[in-house]
Amino acid sequence: MKFVAAIGRAVLDFLPAIGRLAIFTATSLSHCVRPPFYPRLIGRQMLDIGYYSLPVVGLTAIFTGMVLALQSYSGFSRFNAESAIATVVVLSVTRELGPVLAGLMVAGRVGAAMAAEIGTMRVTEQIDALTTLSTQPHKYLVAPRLIAGLIMLPCLVLVADIIGVFGGYLVGVYKLNFNAATYLANTWQYLETLDVVSGLVKAAVFGFIITLMGCYHGYNSKGGAQGVGAATTNAVVSASILILVSNYLITAIFFGK
Amino acid sequence: MTTAPKIRLSGVSKSFGPKHVLRGVDLDVSPQESFVIIGGSGTGKSVMIKCILGLLQPDAGSIEIDGRNVLKMKASERREVMRRIGMLFQGAALFDSLPVWENVAFGLIQGQRMARRQARDIAVEKLAQVGLTADVAYLSPSELSGGMQKRVGLARAIATEPDIIFFDEPTTGLDPIMADVINDLIIDCVKKLGATAFTITHDMSSVRKIASKVGMLYEGHLIWHGSVKKVDDSGNDYVDQFVHGRADGPIRMPVKKA
Repeated sequence: MKFVAAIGRAVLDFLPAIGRLAIFTATSLSHCVRPPFYPRLIGRQMLDIGYYSLPVVGLTAIFTGMVLALQSYSGFSRFNAESAIATVVVLSVTRELGPVLAGLMVAGRVGAAMAAEIGTMRVTEQIDALTTLSTQPHKYLVAPRLIAGLIMLPCLVLVADIIGVFGGYLVGVYKLNFNAATYLANTWQYLETLDVVSGLVKAAVFGFIITLMGCYHGYNSKGGAQGVGAATTNAVVSASILILVSNYLITAIFFGK
Repeated sequence: MTTAPKIRLSGVSKSFGPKHVLRGVDLDVSPQESFVIIGGSGTGKSVMIKCILGLLQPDAGSIEIDGRNVLKMKASERREVMRRIGMLFQGAALFDSLPVWENVAFGLIQGQRMARRQARDIAVEKLAQVGLTADVAYLSPSELSGGMQKRVGLARAIATEPDIIFFDEPTTGLDPIMADVINDLIIDCVKKLGATAFTITHDMSSVRKIASKVGMLYEGHLIWHGSVKKVDDSGNDYVDQFVHGRADGPIRMPVKKA
């Protein structure tokens, strides 16, 4: 009986939380398209999300491309299919690994920082102060972050795609002794626009999810340092799960024939 | 002839789940009056101020500012009213990401769309008014002491030259000398602006210095209000116990066993 009650309680807690998130999302989106806009804040967030995430995303991408080339070789060499390695690397990186790994890394770096910053603003009454200074907190705090996330994640993923493919090239040419021109030709031969575009669409969605979760959990944090800590954890965990779920859904839409 | 109240609360109630924080509070604050609400921790002082500022929505009652019910206003009308209100928060609530001058000028730049250069000049002027030099303007709030943060918070509250200024525990956490300095600054700023001041505090020396009228909140009710001159001789046991800081009396502090 206690078990059933626990399930019931969890469902009853979950439904209002979905409602709150939906209202928060709708309010924030409406402020993204209504003036006044804050170009200075959007620029600062773009720098934070895009430029400062480049090292971590670049490192993740290059080693992922390198490992992919190595692993593909160890498998494909058994079937004399080494020529497919370049294709496997470029398709895996552009379609899946580039956006997903960049999304997860940015969720850890940026989503956590956003939740901590906005959460601290909440518990120190800075968000209340915004309201008393005739400034809508959703417009000032959330909208610039959402816009920056939507724009910068695709840019980051484009860079990650290039670096990831380059990582595969390095291993293919310098470790596995493939001909450089052949490797590049194989890379381009089967790559289609849709492969890159689908990855960029995913990136835009992930950018939205990461910033939304960071802002939502930070905005609703309470109870001092412990509350801010919990908000940070929740932002990263929920963003990561939503990235993986939405990744499947977008893949199904683009390639699930 | 009686003047219309600047702020009027009628039957304001607010509950959080089963906890009834405000239970039908009625209160009038006249123009240019300095009204101070006293009461112990958890009696609903902060909730009352947040309801007036629109940070919380009361469950019942009405809140009028200049005769207009702010609870029934559209968001844009409400923002217009907020432009005429200043607020000093308990912990100053300065924005960490902005330098001091931008904190002070925030309401001018974001709320009134004033040019940044002009707003900066006004910010420096307001900082001087609260006894801070221009070089403080470019520091980060984290580089300031508690007393300086309160001064910057006060400069921010008066920057837009509001009609009404709210002070949430303005002297809490300050040493007695700095508390007195802040009290003097509050009196000075409010006088210069000709503003109405609404303060919540439990610091009695602050009450005696800045208040013209005092009200006491207890268990969600405004149990007494009157001139500051009568606060020591109110004839109300609850007020007497609070004013003299006695452990014995009708007010029982909830203390959990260790």
